[in-house]
This record gives sequence, C-alpha cells and structure tokens, in this order.
Amino acid sequence: MMCETTDGGPEQDIGADSTDAGGGGEDANEAELAQFSALLEDSAEDLYEHAPCGYLSTLMDGRIAKINTTLVDWLGYTRAQLLGRKRFADLLTMGGKLYHETHFAPLLAMQGQVSGIALELKAADGSRLPVLVTSQVKTGSDGQPMLIRTTVVDARDRRAYENELLRARRHAEQVGAQAEQARAEAEHARQAAEIEHARLRQVMAILQSSLLPPELPRVPGMEAAAYYHTASADQLGGDFYDLFALGQGQWGFFLGDVCGKGPQAAAITSLTRYTLRAAFQHASDPVAALDTLNTALHDRYSGADPRYCTAIAGTLSPHGGTLRVTVASGGHPPALLLRGDGAAEYLPTPGGLLVGIMPHPHFTTATTVLNPGDTMLLYTDGLTEARTADGPRYSEDHLHAFAQTLAPAGAQQTISVLTGLLESFGNGLDDDTALLALGNPAAHTDPESA
Amino acid sequence: MDAISRNNVTVSGPLDGPVVMLAHGFGCDQNMWRLVVPMLAERFRVVLFDYVGAGRSDPSAWDAQRYASLDGYAADVLDICADLDLSEVVFVGHSVSAMVGVLAAARRPDRFGKLVMVAPSPRYIDDPEAGYAGGFSAADIDELLESLDSNYLGWSAAMAPVIMGNPERPELGEELTNSFCATDPDMAAVFARTTFLSDSRGDLASVTVPTLVLECAQDVIAPRQVGAYVHAAIPGSRLITLNATGHCPQLSAPEATGAAIVEFAAAR
Repeated sequence: MMCETTDGGPEQDIGADSTDAGGGGEDANEAELAQFSALLEDSAEDLYEHAPCGYLSTLMDGRIAKINTTLVDWLGYTRAQLLGRKRFADLLTMGGKLYHETHFAPLLAMQGQVSGIALELKAADGSRLPVLVTSQVKTGSDGQPMLIRTTVVDARDRRAYENELLRARRHAEQVGAQAEQARAEAEHARQAAEIEHARLRQVMAILQSSLLPPELPRVPGMEAAAYYHTASADQLGGDFYDLFALGQGQWGFFLGDVCGKGPQAAAITSLTRYTLRAAFQHASDPVAALDTLNTALHDRYSGADPRYCTAIAGTLSPHGGTLRVTVASGGHPPALLLRGDGAAEYLPTPGGLLVGIMPHPHFTTATTVLNPGDTMLLYTDGLTEARTADGPRYSEDHLHAFAQTLAPAGAQQTISVLTGLLESFGNGLDDDTALLALGNPAAHTDPESA
Repeated sequence: MDAISRNNVTVSGPLDGPVVMLAHGFGCDQNMWRLVVPMLAERFRVVLFDYVGAGRSDPSAWDAQRYASLDGYAADVLDICADLDLSEVVFVGHSVSAMVGVLAAARRPDRFGKLVMVAPSPRYIDDPEAGYAGGFSAADIDELLESLDSNYLGWSAAMAPVIMGNPERPELGEELTNSFCATDPDMAAVFARTTFLSDSRGDLASVTVPTLVLECAQDVIAPRQVGAYVHAAIPGSRLITLNATGHCPQLSAPEATGAAIVEFAAAR
C-alpha cells in the first residue's frame, strides 16, 4: 500500500530497515542506501505514472489537470479525453455523484482532506471499478487552495468483502425483523385469545344464570335464601335449584346436581329444571316429579351416553303457623334441619336411586314440620366434599357439627354463614355448590303472612 | 423536549438584528455554513441548527415516521421558531431545505419574511410526462443509498480524526463519530429517501414572501434547468446564478454566496 504512505515514503522505509539491520559495516550500508536512492531518484516519474494506484490532480472546480497512466488504463479513456475535459465527479456513477456532492466535496472543502471513501468509477466501456478514494487540497504559499490531489486505490476485493459483510448485516436485520414480527403476531394472537376467552366467560355466566331462578320468590310466612358457587368461570356447572308456587298456598322446591360439567351437563340441567317444574304443576307430588324426570332422562340418554343426576324435591304447605314439608330424594345428600331450639339434625332419605339410571327406580320420601325458628338446608356435595385447609374432605359429620353451633338461625343467616364457610375453603372448593335454605321465621314480621 | 437542545440550535450575531436562519441539507449539518456565518453575523442574528438525525441533534428524538416526509423537517424549523419566538425570519435553505422552508412558510406565514433557496430542487427524479427534467432516475437514487451503505463501515473510523484535525488523538474521533457529518446510517438513509424521492413542485405556488433563488453554474444535483423551473414557479422571485461548481456554493464560493444573502436579506 505504497500509495497510502504520506510522510516520507518507500525511500525512508528502506533506509530505516537497513539501519535497524545494521550491526557492523555501516559503510557498506550507506553505499547500498545511496545505490537505492539513485535508482529511485531516476524513476520518480515512473513511480508516479505506473504506481499500483491511480493519481489524479484536479483544479478546485474538479476539472482534471493531471492523471497517471495507471488510472488512465483502468478507466480505458485516452489521456486527451480526460485532461481539461472531464471533472472528477464525471468519472463516478450517478449515485456516486450524489454522494460526492453531498458528502465528499463538502468535507473536502471544510477539512482540506477526505480519506478512504468508497466510490465506484465508471470506465469508458461502462464497467464499474470499486475504489477507495483519498483527496487532499494543496494550498499555495498564500494559503489559497490551488488544486486537489486524489489517490485512487483498487478496492474490488475489499468491496466484495464489505458487500458480504453488508449482506450478512442485512440478513441479520431481516432475521431480527422476522423474529420481531413473529413475536408481535404471537402477542396479537394472545390478546385475541384473551378477548375470546372473556367473551366465552360472559356467555358462560349468562348461560349459567339461565339455569337458576333469577331470584327467589317472596313466600308469605316463609324465609328463603340461596347461594350458588361457580367453581370455574370456564366451565358450566351442573347444580340447580328452584322454588315456585303450586297454588292453594302450597310451594314446590328442588335442588340437585347433574353428573359432569360443561355444555352437555348444562343441557341436562336445563332439561331437568323444566321437567321438574312441569311435573310439579301436573301433580304436587315430589315422588311423581322425580319419576317423570327419571323417565325423561332415561328415555333421552340411555345407551352409550347415560346421563343422570341426584336431586331432592319437595313441597311446603303452611299449616297453622307451621310448615309441613315432604321431600323425596333420588340419591341426594339428606336435607339438614336447624331447629329453633338450637338442635340440628339430618332428615334422612336413605336408599334413593340416582335419577335417570334405572327404568323404574324407587325414591325415598320423608316428612317433617318446620316450626317457627326452624330452617331446612338443601345443598349439593360440593359443600360436603370440599377439601379443608387441614387436608381431609369436609363431610356430612362436619356439616352436622357446624349446624349445631349455628342453630337456631334463619334461612338468610344460614346461607350467609355457609357462604363464609365456602369462602374459607379457598381452592379446596373444587366443585360447583348450590345451597337453598327454607325457614319458618321465628317471629312473623312479614305483613303478607296470614 | 425543547427544540433548542433537540436541534442543537446555536445563535450568533447581534441579538436585536434581523433574523437569518440557515438550514443545512442532506449530507452534513450546520457546519456547512461555517464560511458564511462570520459575514452574516456582522449585522444579522444568525440561527443555526441540525435537523433531528443530523449533526449533534438529539438522537433520542429520532422518529422514522415523522422524518419520512419533508413536513417532519418543516416541523423542526417551526418548533425552533416557536421556542425562540421568531418572526420576519429570512430563511436560507440549502438544497432540500429550500423546500422545507417553503413548507414551513406555508404553514406559518407569520414567522417568515423572506426565503433564500440555495441550490433548490422541488423534484430530483425526472418526470418525462410533465416534461420535467430533475436530473436523476429512480435507479440513480437507489445507487446513492448503496453508496451510503458502502461507506458505513469505513466512515466514522476513517473520517473522524481527520475532520477533527487531530490525527494524533484518535480518541477525539470517537467523540466525532456521533457528531460531525457522520450521521447514523439508518437516519441518513431515511433523510436520503425523503429528500430524493420527494416531489414538492406543487408547493412552490404557495410562496408569497420575497424569494431569492441562488443556483450554481455547474451543479449535478440542482442543474440550471431546475433553478429556472423554481424561479418561474415562484412569482416575483429573483434568480442569481453563482459562478460556482458543485452543489455547495456556501463552501465553494462563500464570499459570493454570503454577499448575495446579505444584499437580499437587508433589502427593504
């Protein structure tokens, strides 16, 4: 790279090398040096013309005033075509001209020197020669700029290498952009899924509420309260309950649990609820109602996809300040009675079969009387099978003991205390749970009471 | 953020003098004006700045979308005018900045008193259908963008110490990598595209302030026919052809350029 040597030159380099190598025989070295100098002195013009790089001198307006043979040969013009006729910028590609005018020339004017700029020369035959260009302004003794000296180095290899680097960089940028795009798409999909999920939950909540009475009816001389716990907002539960008038002061009620979860269970729940209500309207008899439901489920879902539920259904009849209760159970946990005197007891309905599983089942009935201060609680096994904080499942025994400490309690109070109990289970409550409490208030304050 | 620091605004000359605002074009920064500033600062309040993406502007203010149109650069000019509360500004725009000045004056005529368009071009690419010769083809512009890329590798390392004039202190070059004419290549590419792919011919008619068109006798980027086009499109404008070569008369012919600006700016 002789051309890039500015101060000194090859002459000096050789001299320095000789001196370094010198031990003895300095005279011999000096003679050798003189010989070299003479040789090089003779060929200064030759060095300029045939240097391994291009030399070019232009006037300040860019017109070419002097050019060496090497560069003339590279360009394929005759010297006469160039001298005084072309400007340096004329040798560049159009893009190079723009770069020259916007970067190269301004910097040269401001700094007096620009070095190592990558440009492409356009040869006479239209071919392009990648070069590295260094220019320097030569000033006169008065400090005024006189001419521009330019060195042009063949940079084909270097440019090819740099192009590879640029290609690699662009590729890396492209890959990076693709990765970023993929990430953005994933994020977009995640957001869409989240929106979809929220929409689904909303649909579920609406569907779920359609399976339950919007609110319990006001019943004269009776206090009623209910609570429904949904274990998962992503799953429709299968628990159900209802309370409705049967005419002549009588009331019907039921509470149950369809096996399974999800849309299919919800369909059964809907069928179950409306079948029971219709059956009760036909005959105010809990056993007959469960029989009708059994027939409906058994006919519809027997075979490969049997569907069944547990349910407890009953009637309430006011009778001189008391409420007479008849219940029938199809495989459902027994009702719990909280007496006005502080006692608590189950109302046993043993041996009842699951509803829908057999063609001709037998359902167990039981009767009791709710005196003022008495409350009857119906519940699903979500309550009695919840995992407690200590580990073991909550059980009917636990519930019985709990009721003993709670009684006497009205329906509303019973539900609110049990709601607190359910909340205390936290994640241990892994199933849907329905609670329905029906009570004979201790003191009749309801103006509608008889 | 205030435009004063964002755009590296520097002010010189008498505080109560008429305002001359010098706007650089694509390729460098406010240093482009260094040879004419002393002459102007004798009687004018001279406002210099770097567009965001150039020189010592704040790189964190870069917004590829904003600066993908000349309106973004015009917004820089108007932000500076607002921060300095300038009016009756003589706006001197070099190259693409001449059109930036046209856009800024159209949006806020109350800020500007006169326009000086140095080597302007409202469209660089030829439009044969309209009989317009801008001097370049779309392929030429692509070639320029390639040139910018090619010089990305060697640019800062090779140029900076030289520019600083302290080759023996390479650490100064480090500092310069981010300052003098060596812009971030991505930002430069955006500015190049915005500049050379713009077509502002339709905006020339909006100019209502006294306008001076300063062109060079030999200019590849803004050839004579383009200067004539701009002159013809702005009613009442003056055209001066400087006996200068290249696209930057403020560097190649600073005395003539400075004198023309002073004479025009001072005229009643």
